[in-house]
Amino acid sequence: MSDSDCIPAHQPLELSINGQRHQLQVAPWMTLLDLLRDQLDLTGSKKGCDHGQCGACTVLRNGQRVNACLTLAIMCDGDCITTIEGLADDERLHPLQQAFIRHDAFQCGYCTPGQICSAVALASEGRALSRAEIQEGMSGNLCRCGAYGNIVAAVEEALPQMIASDQGGPRA
Amino acid sequence: MSAQAISGQPLDRTDGPAKVTGKARYAGEYPAEGLLYGSVVSSAVAHGRIRHIDCQAALALPGVIEVLHHGNRPPMAADDEPYEDDDAADGHPFRPLFNDRVLYSGQPVALVIAENLELARYAGSLVRVEIDAGSHQTDLCAARDQGYDAPAELPKPRGDFAEAFNAAPLRIDAQYSTPNEHHNPMEPHASTVIVEADGSLLIHDKTQGTQNSQAYVQEVFKLPKEQVRVCAAFVGGAFGSGLRPQYQLALAVMGALKLKRSVRVTLTRQQMFTFGYRPRTLQRLQLGADADGRLLAIRHEATGQTSRFEDFSEHVVEWSGMLYRCDNVAMAYQLVPLDVYTPLDMRAPGAALGLIGLECAMDELAEQVGLDPVALRQVNFADSNGNEGKPYSSKALRECYEQGAERFGWERRNPVPRSQQEGDELIGWGMAGGVWEAMQMKASAKARLDADGHLWVSSATTDIGTGTYTVMTQIAADAAGMAVEDITFQLGDSSLPTAPLQGGSFTVSSVGSAVRQACQVLRSKLVTLAQARYPALAGEPADRFVVADGQLQVGERRFAFADLLQGAGDDALEVQITAEPGAKREGFACATHSAVFVEVRVDEALGTLRVSRVVSAVAAGRVINPKTARSQILGGVVWGVGMALHEQAEVDHNLGRTMNHNLAEYHIPVNADMGEVEVIFVDEPDDIVNELGSKGVGEIGVVGVAAAVANALYHATGRRVRDFPLTVDKILG
Repeated sequence: MSDSDCIPAHQPLELSINGQRHQLQVAPWMTLLDLLRDQLDLTGSKKGCDHGQCGACTVLRNGQRVNACLTLAIMCDGDCITTIEGLADDERLHPLQQAFIRHDAFQCGYCTPGQICSAVALASEGRALSRAEIQEGMSGNLCRCGAYGNIVAAVEEALPQMIASDQGGPRA
Repeated sequence: MSAQAISGQPLDRTDGPAKVTGKARYAGEYPAEGLLYGSVVSSAVAHGRIRHIDCQAALALPGVIEVLHHGNRPPMAADDEPYEDDDAADGHPFRPLFNDRVLYSGQPVALVIAENLELARYAGSLVRVEIDAGSHQTDLCAARDQGYDAPAELPKPRGDFAEAFNAAPLRIDAQYSTPNEHHNPMEPHASTVIVEADGSLLIHDKTQGTQNSQAYVQEVFKLPKEQVRVCAAFVGGAFGSGLRPQYQLALAVMGALKLKRSVRVTLTRQQMFTFGYRPRTLQRLQLGADADGRLLAIRHEATGQTSRFEDFSEHVVEWSGMLYRCDNVAMAYQLVPLDVYTPLDMRAPGAALGLIGLECAMDELAEQVGLDPVALRQVNFADSNGNEGKPYSSKALRECYEQGAERFGWERRNPVPRSQQEGDELIGWGMAGGVWEAMQMKASAKARLDADGHLWVSSATTDIGTGTYTVMTQIAADAAGMAVEDITFQLGDSSLPTAPLQGGSFTVSSVGSAVRQACQVLRSKLVTLAQARYPALAGEPADRFVVADGQLQVGERRFAFADLLQGAGDDALEVQITAEPGAKREGFACATHSAVFVEVRVDEALGTLRVSRVVSAVAAGRVINPKTARSQILGGVVWGVGMALHEQAEVDHNLGRTMNHNLAEYHIPVNADMGEVEVIFVDEPDDIVNELGSKGVGEIGVVGVAAAVANALYHATGRRVRDFPLTVDKILG
């Protein structure tokens, strides 16, 4: 078998991203993250390590947070994906996005989309009741700028609103 | 003129909405027609010569366009000078893919270029690189006898250290060590090189200096200046890693020049460990004091590693001659060359290391004297910089000690180690001081008022997360007397007015002064213009002129800009200014200071240490934006905790390679690692340091934190750990 035979053929994939349906052809080795960033130009989801170690690529898959770098795109057939680009309601920012700005919960901004997606899912997981639980639940998302204290403050502030309005769930 | 100054207010970041919605694009995220993806192939040996590179299998894959290596790359400069960037170390800069020499493990030896990233990476795995490996040495301790004096000029020794030390009634002589640490910004280094229709290159680069990268590309590849433009609108953290053009930039340009197509090269996280880093240091501190704790003698000696091709030096030991008053001071600083890449400035370069030695030794001395650690430092307060013999322009360090201690509750501290316990945890309180230079560099800025009343202010500086977009807008608002909403600050483009590298905490001082002057001159020109056009305004004082709602307002009268600027050339008013360090600074030393107080909780059965509480009191002159400045200090404290407890490149010296080159094994603090952190900015008026009275806060938050944690560990357990980081094995040890 020659090396060129090793390159697998593209496969059909149908999924919803931020409420919009996509019919795509993807290589089986393409991750959800590379699909979003390189093929669909949705670069809000970030690649920090490509190994599931930093959380910068966190997106919502059917409402649950996943590392898009560890998720092959073809595993997502039929799924609803929400990325940072899909959280705001047109020009109106998601409560968590507003809280992140108000509390200065980021500096360089590179981990921010992952932090926000992660916290949105955390709200729906029902176990972020105390500050310590928020810290634990957000520890899969590294922030090299060291904005952790402000991230916790932003999540603490927005959590009740997210839980009340069920904005933690997937976008219809 | 607005009644209340915008500077000093906790404005939300102006780039906040772009960052929380994913709209902010970073270097490796710009699309381009027919964009190709590069994947770097790295050397697996630390020293040797490339015998052969077999690219056949890679090139056989459909979609693989090219494999570049030293044998087929486009022409590049051979001599050192074109490679010597604005932050170059002394010596011969690294030249990527230049020849067959392998100088360190992880060195780029080939670049695979393909139609998509995964293909490029797979093809990279098929490239066979044959290297004749030579012997190598990567262990600083093993090669210490090959050390030589660093080329950096140290302050002259003063007094007679040896005599004073030997005669001192109290003496500390202790050795400390710190590991290699890697910047690891969350955004990996990336460059997107877009080949424009006219053949010129538009480059989106991860950099702390767009003009530094621009000059590098232009000179290394011998291109006309107008053919290269480098942009960095958003930078996903850098902390020093973007102070020098990194090799992905050169490789992406090579690909674009060779193929005449747009090329992007993004490093993997593993490759983020294959260029500059904070170097391993071995330090020795000797302090002599009298019975009251007054310092009679200080000697600080440091040995750092460097590469075999460049001598990287930083200010490790200087701080020991300037933070405290002492008449007998000696310093030594040596470098040991190894088969590694050259180290690089990393957040608070030098100070973050040197203050570990100095402030741990001060804690050891405090115990010997029988004095509270804060009191010892107060006894030795210096109001002038002994290295330079110059008074400080301001130094509110006493206020840092006092306000920090008060907020922390320091007066309740029982000095006896192991005196505080809750459940299984021993509790310790430690503190340390910090210092960083308050520098100012030459910088330019442009201010342009459009006919619609919008003010565009620009400079080629960057915003690596520090808040530059926001604070420059605030400075411009006050200087122009306009509302923040009517101002846009543009940065991150080599074609904008000249700015220094963004680093060293000097951006507000340097670029901010230029912004202020440009906006002030623009405003006075506007007033002059209005008074010339409308004689009725001739007698109006300048502060009655207000720019708002797209009009010039003077009392009840309104004047349209379109009328005012008619004939002003381009229907806009434009001013460009270059600001230089003020003459007032001569004769003074300028520095930021801090006092940091730390509580740790140690479980001796498990060897775990948790930083439960930190108070950082900072004297940094006038704070332009307390919200973003506080974030800088909070981040600095997280870095300090990382230096104290987590960060360490583990090098296998047999292979000469960093083994934990990923974010799971190279530990940095995560959210749950951080206890409460409180930041205090003490009042510190200073009209000497620069016209803004602002000293910069990017570095000072880190400095001293690691020492304070180690001192707290001692207070908790009675155990001095002098080898950083303070990991479980050492706490159990």
